[in-house]
Amino acid sequence: MRVHLFIPCLVEDFFPEIGEATATVLARAGCALTYPEGQTCCGQPLYKLGQPDAAKKLARRWLELFADATTVVAPSGSCVAMVRRYARFFDAEPALQRRARALAANTYELSEFLVNKLQITDCGAAMPGRVAYHDSCQIGRALGIVHEPRALLSQVRGLELVELPRPAACCGFGGAFSLEFPEIAAAILEDKIADIEAVAPDLVTCAEVSCLMHIRAGLEKKGSRIRALHLAQILAGTAE
Amino acid sequence: MQCNTQGFDAAATRACQDGHLREVLRKASTVFQAKRKAGFDTFPEAEAHCRRAREARARTLFRLPELLIELESKVTALGGRVHWATDAAEARAIIVGIADQANVRSVVKGKSMITEEIELNDALMTRGVEVWEADLGEFIIQLANEPPSHIIAPAIHKSRADVAQLFAEKLGETGVDIPELTLVARRFLRERFLAADMGVTGANMAVAATGSLLLLENEGNIRMATTCPKIHVAVMSLEKVVADLDDATAVLQVLPRSATGQKLSAYVSLLSGPRRAAEGDGANEFHLIILDNGRSRILADPLLREALLCVRCGACLNVCPVYRAIGGHSYGWVYPGPIGAILTPLLLPDERTDALFRACTTCGACAAVCPVGVDHPKLLLELRRRHAVTSGSGRASAAALAFAASRPGLFRAAAWVARTFDPDLKRLRRCPGMGRLARYAATRALPRLKTPFSRRWPVLAAALKKGCQNV
Repeated sequence: MRVHLFIPCLVEDFFPEIGEATATVLARAGCALTYPEGQTCCGQPLYKLGQPDAAKKLARRWLELFADATTVVAPSGSCVAMVRRYARFFDAEPALQRRARALAANTYELSEFLVNKLQITDCGAAMPGRVAYHDSCQIGRALGIVHEPRALLSQVRGLELVELPRPAACCGFGGAFSLEFPEIAAAILEDKIADIEAVAPDLVTCAEVSCLMHIRAGLEKKGSRIRALHLAQILAGTAE
Repeated sequence: MQCNTQGFDAAATRACQDGHLREVLRKASTVFQAKRKAGFDTFPEAEAHCRRAREARARTLFRLPELLIELESKVTALGGRVHWATDAAEARAIIVGIADQANVRSVVKGKSMITEEIELNDALMTRGVEVWEADLGEFIIQLANEPPSHIIAPAIHKSRADVAQLFAEKLGETGVDIPELTLVARRFLRERFLAADMGVTGANMAVAATGSLLLLENEGNIRMATTCPKIHVAVMSLEKVVADLDDATAVLQVLPRSATGQKLSAYVSLLSGPRRAAEGDGANEFHLIILDNGRSRILADPLLREALLCVRCGACLNVCPVYRAIGGHSYGWVYPGPIGAILTPLLLPDERTDALFRACTTCGACAAVCPVGVDHPKLLLELRRRHAVTSGSGRASAAALAFAASRPGLFRAAAWVARTFDPDLKRLRRCPGMGRLARYAATRALPRLKTPFSRRWPVLAAALKKGCQNV
């Protein structure tokens, strides 16, 4: 199956290794990959800041970049959720709206694509240790993807999956929120990290790059021995 | 209650650095969530019940004017008096007028958010009327001279030890455990109930078809406040009306479960007019104040009227990560949490309230537990959009980001500059105007800019083509 890689801006510049892991997992699963050049931002931050007109420009651009795509996969749920909103921007352009709807239905978060579309749960990965999975809000609640990442993790050799006390509680990132209200975001993150420490995993994982960045940032600053990796990195078995 | 929404940022920052408050909030949110979950886990066809409740509330909004007129005629026919109040000042004046006319010296109150909204207690007390909050939580915060911090648990920010100390200071007697403390309050309040000339309550619902008022509580204080004094004054915001007892029942199925996990509140009072000749108890006079205070403006707004579906169960507060971190007082007005972040800006259009709807991670936990299907994040985003349009704030930076993101060359060049000269963003966080980034970095390691994926892709693509087993 041909898959177009949707690489969010945070992955492009801060976490390219997550993009590489995603491509590796998909290639191993038998997908032929296309990476549309010139990807920047899907418009999500602008939309969340109450700037839908500016977001619409980037939505239009994204739809042009992925004009040839039949299937799109991203290592992020919030960016996928954004693409699934695109159609509402184009009430006045029925052809583009139809295209946005069609592509939204074929744009997947990585674990959702592997489990539900390819029906793969065993990616052949190995990662010894206790691993806690954080349900990102935009993956668990917004997209309803809860069991898919766990199904994938449970097939990783040597991996012991442990549940967090409040697995679906927000990590406090919320995009611009964490920069507008850094102390509130820090307080929410503090509770999330306390939950993580309570189950003493070797590493914590999620399928959303922005939560991963936030949780890892908090663990690092604390000097915690618990590492944070994206789900794709575990599935690629490429961690370190 | 005085509005202090412009102080949100400072109050919230203070609150989330208050370890004692944070611990109390953590416990409360955990307990409330567990109770709600237990209530819904044992509730057959919960989703269908929530749908029916939403439909009942939607019928209210769809037929609001006619339902209110029907309610007025039914209440009047039962011997009650209906008063229409456009705003808080009118509502206060009406109630003070009723008290003056009957020479009321003391008032007992049932817990109600609406009387907080109209600042009724101060209005009565400045006339020399003694006012006592009779709900335990409200009584506690009245003694502490604080506003409520939660819709259904107004003193949620106080621990048992806080209350014990407060009682010792203000009442001269206290206790250690909760039954003891409750007994102290009960002894004090019992005399006030018996002496009160007037009872004031809010309303959970008002049934148009029967002219009945529906009140929910767990302590019996509302039952006392509506039966002991000779006069009962109920204040309702106009969207609390429901068409008939079927619709009231539909809401009743989900409201206590969402609030406290109870199948039904310990006391459900359905009051239809004042005491009739053959009846042994109840108030001789019944007044119903129907308050607008900005609601009809919300009703006229097709994109935001959904906020009026709210039945004030408080479930959205209990799951909100922001509320859990900062508590109710930070929100600066009567209604905290996700629903407060929507209602306050709508009810107080002349105040600076934008921080309330910006302070949300859009995690969606609120919408997921709302029994009547209010989509809080959707409404908050609409408020952000309108604020951006009317204030113009953020428009230039949004346009700049959209401009740069539409030109990958420019986007990549900017990243290259940052990566080359400031890969750890150490300089950036010290730049003027980047104070918030520095505050972010105080508790979090900033990520490092790396060779971007787009530059790595050709090598990776070649390797993957050669045989992905070797990658």
